[in-house]
Amino acid sequence: MNILVCVKQVPDTTEIKIDPITNTLIRAGVPSIVNPFDAYALELAVRIKETNGGIITVLAMGPEQAKSALKECLSVGADKAILVSDRVFGGSDTLATSYILSTTIKAIESKTEKFDLILCGKQAIDGDTGQVGPEIAEHFGYAQVTYAEDITVDGENLRVKRENEDHHEIIETQLPAVITVIKTAYEPRYATIKSKMASNKVQIPTMTSIDLDIDLERTGLKGSPTKVKKTFVPQIKKSGIIIKGKTSSESALELISLLSDASII
Amino acid sequence: MNILEDFKNLWVYVEAVDGKAKSVGLELLNPGRRLADINKEKLIAVVIGDNVQSIANTAIAYGADEVILVEGSEYKEYSTDGYVNVLDKLVEKYKPSTLLIGATNNGRDVAPRLACRIKTGLTADCTGLDIDDESGNVAWTRPAFGGNLMATILCPNTRPQIGTVRPGVFKKIEPDFSREIKILRERINTPKEGIRTKLIECIKETAGEVVNLDEAEIIVSGGRGLGKAENFSLIRELAKVLGATVGSSRAAVDAGWISHIHQVGQTGKTVQPKIYVACGISGALQHLAGMNSSDTIIAINKDEDAPIFNVANYGIVGDLFEILPVLIEEIEKVKKLKII
Repeated sequence: MNILVCVKQVPDTTEIKIDPITNTLIRAGVPSIVNPFDAYALELAVRIKETNGGIITVLAMGPEQAKSALKECLSVGADKAILVSDRVFGGSDTLATSYILSTTIKAIESKTEKFDLILCGKQAIDGDTGQVGPEIAEHFGYAQVTYAEDITVDGENLRVKRENEDHHEIIETQLPAVITVIKTAYEPRYATIKSKMASNKVQIPTMTSIDLDIDLERTGLKGSPTKVKKTFVPQIKKSGIIIKGKTSSESALELISLLSDASII
Repeated sequence: MNILEDFKNLWVYVEAVDGKAKSVGLELLNPGRRLADINKEKLIAVVIGDNVQSIANTAIAYGADEVILVEGSEYKEYSTDGYVNVLDKLVEKYKPSTLLIGATNNGRDVAPRLACRIKTGLTADCTGLDIDDESGNVAWTRPAFGGNLMATILCPNTRPQIGTVRPGVFKKIEPDFSREIKILRERINTPKEGIRTKLIECIKETAGEVVNLDEAEIIVSGGRGLGKAENFSLIRELAKVLGATVGSSRAAVDAGWISHIHQVGQTGKTVQPKIYVACGISGALQHLAGMNSSDTIIAINKDEDAPIFNVANYGIVGDLFEILPVLIEEIEKVKKLKII
């Protein structure tokens, strides 16, 4: 199976802190990582390849340094990596981004062969939108399944275990398809020293707008129907009543009486 | 580019599941009314399914002026292909200015596909809705960076402007079942071969246990401090006396003590219950991102420096294995008193 995994290099948002004086995000020193959901998607792809054979290509859009994320993917099972990068793509919202990625995927396919399956993480942990995957599916007119937690190949089709609010679903989908992946039971594997060294040596090709059959009016800020009006840091409340230094039953009784006074219970 | 003036009225997509409306769809009729009134538009609910007339009536009771109802056997279960087809055809015919969709898994599945087909802007997972004073556009406010940053987004040049909105943020109005029912029936077919995914099976989590964190009013969550899987029985017991749903931190899921469907946080569910009880959860940022908008947060942890206490309205520093049994007993007493 010919599989493409879309990955994004993101700041590790669990490491982001707020500057208490300026009330802004401190991004300096925050490590860049492969978006965790994309790492789960890649691990699923590697498992599909291990049982069914195939080739895995990873594609990222972003600045030059995103190549380090792609190298990480190469060290844990991806066969090929491509970066699409161009200043004119800066400021793209999800619709513009999905257009750029789809156009890039078509360009890759024109040189090799069509992908049977396109995997994405369910969302990136910086933007948290979860929209690019389904939008890529729409650009291709492919079937889509979101929130996948497992994928098995069933003849010509795939069986996807999908998470929903209060239950799981088994969905059968035709190929080609776009599937977005949540945190699964399969933790992404670690690179070995050997695979890490090998991936470090790989020259990852960069595609720019010149390499693509692309309408630049549909990219970047001007190609983005949504505009950011403002951003702000949410206030975290911090004036709770903390009971400490008491016995367990005293604490519990005090909590009950506090909750009861506040009409919470 | 479409002509903005041609697009009128605010739509709320009311998702139907097993013959009932998802709560978030009815919730959205409340802010939907406010936004529609500011722009002097009608508030219209859209209902898709098979035999879902009763949901259309419910949407009227919860404030919709009219309902557009699309029924068909091919819509008995949700499918991306079928539902996007219906919404796209409806938008093309009626030209709404705005479309609100609940940020459920199916809502977040259908919305981007639809927005991309129409080539319009979509804002994900909103927690605030207003009208921008200057332009009259909807001002969509949403968290990003795992809840560390809020952004307000506009979609000024294309219509409809679409957003998915998080469940539990807005309150439903008191329903009025005496309102006049206005239903526009639309027949839209999706050919069988046009639906390329098929629901084979629905697996409920555990027999008798409902895990619907999105709509839960009270959640009791357990974390690493529980020490082992068996100790989740304490959490379940407290949840039972409170009528709560059981949640968990990522640590407890990673340890294999409970399944991922219970997980609250960035890699799990984002929740906003009236009461959130965190037991033995230290409060890593990725957990806080998923629950810090809860109305009341109660934390029990033995480490007084645990970050969970920074967001807690009430906290106890102490041993949860001693505290929880007392709490359970006392809450049962309070409940009995209330019944009398």
